Amino acid sequence: MSTYLAAAEPATAEATGVLALGWLLIALPLLGAAVLLLGGRRTDRWGHLFGTAMPALACLIALAQFAALLERDAEERSVGSHLFSWIPVGALEVEVGLLLDPLSMCFVLLVTFVGTLIHVYSIGYMAHDPDRRRFFGYLNLFVAAMLLLVLADSFLVLYVGWEGVGLASYLLIGFWSYNPTYAAAAKKAFVANRVGDFGLSVAVLIMFAQFGGVSFSEVFAGAEGASEGVLTVLGLMLLLAACGKSAQFPLQSWLGDAMAGPTPVSALIHAATMVTAGVYLVVRSAPVFEGAPDAQLVVVIVGAVTLLFGAAIGCAKDDIKKALAASTMSQIGYMMLAAGLGPVGYAFAIFHLLTHGFFKAGLFLGAGSVMHGMGDQVNMRRFGGLSSVMKVTWVTFAFGWLAIIGFPGLSGFWSKDKIIEAAYVGDGWRPWVFGTAALVGAGITAFYMTRLFVMTFHGKRRWTDDVHPHESPLVMTVPLMVLAVGSALLGLALGPTGAIAHWLEPVVGAHGEEEPVIAVTLLTTLTVVLVLAGAALAWLTYERRPVATTAPRGSWLTRAARRDLYQDTVNESLLMHPGAWLTRSLVFFDNRGVDGTVNGLAALLGGTSARLRRLQTGFVRSYALSMFAGAAVVVGAMLLVRL
Amino acid sequence: MTDFPWLTTLGLVPLVGALVVAALPSARELLAKQVALGFSLVVLAGTIALALQFDSDGGEQFQFAETYEWIPQFGVSYALGVDGIALVLIAMATVLTPVCILASWHDVDSDRRSAKGYFALLLLLEMFMIGVFAATDVFLFYVLFEAMLVPMYFIIGSYGGAQRSYAAVKFLLYSLVGGLLMLAAVIGLYVTSDGGPKAFLFENLLGTEMGTGTERLLFLGFFIAFAIKAPLWPLHTWLPDAAAESPPGGAVLLVGVLDKVGTFGMIRFCLPLFPDASQWATPAVITLSVIGILYGALLAIGQTDMKRLIAYTSISHFGFIVLGIFAMTSQGQAGATLYMVNHGFSTAALFLIAGFLISRRGSRLIRDYGGVQRVAPMLAGTFLVAGLSSLALPGLSSFVSEILVLIGTYSRYEVAAVIATGGIILASLYILLMYQRTMTGEPTEHTSQMADLNTREAWVVAPLIAIIIALGFFPKPLLDVINPAVDRTMEQVGVTDPEPAQPAAEGARP
Repeated sequence: MSTYLAAAEPATAEATGVLALGWLLIALPLLGAAVLLLGGRRTDRWGHLFGTAMPALACLIALAQFAALLERDAEERSVGSHLFSWIPVGALEVEVGLLLDPLSMCFVLLVTFVGTLIHVYSIGYMAHDPDRRRFFGYLNLFVAAMLLLVLADSFLVLYVGWEGVGLASYLLIGFWSYNPTYAAAAKKAFVANRVGDFGLSVAVLIMFAQFGGVSFSEVFAGAEGASEGVLTVLGLMLLLAACGKSAQFPLQSWLGDAMAGPTPVSALIHAATMVTAGVYLVVRSAPVFEGAPDAQLVVVIVGAVTLLFGAAIGCAKDDIKKALAASTMSQIGYMMLAAGLGPVGYAFAIFHLLTHGFFKAGLFLGAGSVMHGMGDQVNMRRFGGLSSVMKVTWVTFAFGWLAIIGFPGLSGFWSKDKIIEAAYVGDGWRPWVFGTAALVGAGITAFYMTRLFVMTFHGKRRWTDDVHPHESPLVMTVPLMVLAVGSALLGLALGPTGAIAHWLEPVVGAHGEEEPVIAVTLLTTLTVVLVLAGAALAWLTYERRPVATTAPRGSWLTRAARRDLYQDTVNESLLMHPGAWLTRSLVFFDNRGVDGTVNGLAALLGGTSARLRRLQTGFVRSYALSMFAGAAVVVGAMLLVRL
Repeated sequence: MTDFPWLTTLGLVPLVGALVVAALPSARELLAKQVALGFSLVVLAGTIALALQFDSDGGEQFQFAETYEWIPQFGVSYALGVDGIALVLIAMATVLTPVCILASWHDVDSDRRSAKGYFALLLLLEMFMIGVFAATDVFLFYVLFEAMLVPMYFIIGSYGGAQRSYAAVKFLLYSLVGGLLMLAAVIGLYVTSDGGPKAFLFENLLGTEMGTGTERLLFLGFFIAFAIKAPLWPLHTWLPDAAAESPPGGAVLLVGVLDKVGTFGMIRFCLPLFPDASQWATPAVITLSVIGILYGALLAIGQTDMKRLIAYTSISHFGFIVLGIFAMTSQGQAGATLYMVNHGFSTAALFLIAGFLISRRGSRLIRDYGGVQRVAPMLAGTFLVAGLSSLALPGLSSFVSEILVLIGTYSRYEVAAVIATGGIILASLYILLMYQRTMTGEPTEHTSQMADLNTREAWVVAPLIAIIIALGFFPKPLLDVINPAVDRTMEQVGVTDPEPAQPAAEGARP
């Protein structure tokens, strides 16, 4: 462990030159949000352009910083910049500082680059919305909070970004909150996230009590000498936080409903960036998890369960966005699983996170483009045959589809295959269980994504009479093309070249040379066969045979998956109903019990209960007098006994 | 620092203002309001001048101190002075007063009673608020503590809602019970003290020798009075009635400032004067405050009346404040003090914006609203920001104080801190449920014509929100003032912060 930690903590140098501009990355989108939200209607005309320029500028700075980091030696790629003293009380000294290292650089590039593309896309997608300016304001707010989250150099500053993205997510899910269902979805997301945030809060409390500080350097240095018990609790609390933010089991229920937000939001926040913050948290806290194997095991279990859970739901959904949401949950399950594996998996968790950021954003924006053409319909049973009328969307979507199912050569293949390999590393039962879960998941992913692709773009046209599908304008299709290129090539560029593992090594350590329990070539072959089988099955089922425009009843498993495997039913009966009952009885108790008792006591003091009623007509003096007498007696008694 | 009696002057300005306003002819309502606002702004300017001269590293505990003999036979002096804790609370009170005056501009126009009376009462209340935080003589503190009830009683009883008499009397009775217990304890304190013409001076009472039983009794006398005022569960039931029936401006000063006298009293008087008894009572107080945090939050979730809901959220927040004070750590107490200030501003924003909403629709019931966001986006947006501050969203001021309280509590009482942290989940429910029910959805027949914030209302809300955001990101100026005062309190109680279990190696600090 000590060698690992030495690798994980390169000396952080003071940032200079363009690297010292980290604050500007956050300040630019924050300025955008402030101008758009405070500027009001005056900014309507140019607000969307201003709002797009901010993340674009941040992206340029990020690219310059990336270039500056590349010029440095691997050990010197971790630079910090101190901004100001935030909460100094006694031994607690929380500074606001930014840490730019290879890990945060990955996120900064992903967030600003994909974020900018999605801003551009939104110019077209939201063109007819009267509140487009407000939308861009919220998006800017999100980008600022997300960048703060990944650039923070302490857990408490990270917390600010952490809940900041939660707020942006809340505002954007409820962007059309005049629809009561959407408003409820927004609240559900925030509350579920707060349950996770409880974990982050408690983690911060433990950190200060144990290590005397909450900055990464203090906590990780302290973790070296801490007991396994402390680190396990700390790890589990961080995992709870990660589960809330990343929609992992058992806090996954909000993500499907979150699709109420406009589709660019689903692409940016609920697919590419925010929901992966949990993975970031676990990887960032590696020194804590390294000392807590039990917590790591739970991370792996959560990842494995969620990846299968999401995949199962993905197979049954007919709503294109909800199917994609289930897929997001499942793919993050893969990342979480990898992150729980330790050094063997960290780099691949981040690798999959990056490729997923591209192809899932592309898929969501593609779905948005379809909805744009189909009058905002989302029911895939009413799609079909769109390949001929939306050629650009179709082709770009195809890249995303092939990437996510792990078609050989495309991005998802490189990153997911590595996770499956890593999951098969180890001794005893674990590699067999977790590796197999990851492997089977790949097959199911191929099935449901092919189903989604075929139901939307191929087969018979099952359109309702009132739709006239058309291709989206260039402002929307250009981002699709860029993301398609990323979906195709990013994996090839980073994976087989070893670039990503090498880049992240100073932060997460070398991944070692452990061999999986099944030979790598055999494993890759198995994966590809399973993927092709899953895709073929879906193709045969949904392309060769007609798709019913209303969903058939289906098996019990289908019905359960359609209802998200009863996650809401469980939450309602375990938490919401008892909670509502508790609240109601407490309100009753407070009105009758506590208040009643006090009123009763007052009545006793005053004499009769009839007098109590007269209180309301103003018989204060008698009470004051009687109490004054009482006090006088007390005082007299005290004086008498000389205390 | 000169010998100029800053604090007395600061207290006299609102008193003169109240008299001037009261003396104006009843017909000149607008003038009365303008004069009241003018005086409150002068007080605010004076407070700013005072704060700028305050030396946070000053050697003396109390600055701007004034001491005059008042009733030497009983050891009573007229003594004022502020430390960091008192200063930030006075600053909060003097910011909130003009805000409340401006917010209440038309609240009492249609009332049976003259509008000028209401504004005179607000100014009178401001004088008492300044005095009670500045008093360094225990007897003087007691007198102001009790006298403060009078203007508040009339604000609720004369200008309140339908149930105002019941609420006002209930408020008065609860307060009187507490006040009388405190009076008994004050006299008891005199008896045990060394006597002399300045016996009641805070510094002369410090370290008074007394038996364990006596100390505990006296502690309880003070503590129960403060716990009613704060209010701490289960002594809270007067607050929802009083706050709901009071006009919005009065509710803000009641919940935002007056109740803080309770928690202020705990940290200023209970802890330093009765250090051993305070530590003896700590487990019980911690338990009550944790219950209060969850109880207040659950009750808030179940409310149907907006103002009662906000009142219950305050009960939950007061739980946090008391928890921080009795955690006996510098983080806990500094957090609690900061919480008093932050809670004042965020609750003021909530009450006042809710008041604006209620003045448009004429109902306090949540179910009578819906879809306001569509027709009045500024009203809805500012209400949301105020709510987010109440649920302690990081980046807004309450977060800093809440996390400080929790951090400070955890290092001594792990279980209590973890349970209290559960309050953050409930907070998101009570705020967002209220927002969802009132602001989202399609506008109803009653809300579809609702006007957005007008200029005056925007001027009321803007400073509050600016402060909430500024203190969220940069609380250091306040903490710099609060920290030395808290350190001194800890010293007087005789406690030190616990050491971290596994301190990071030296040099690990960034």
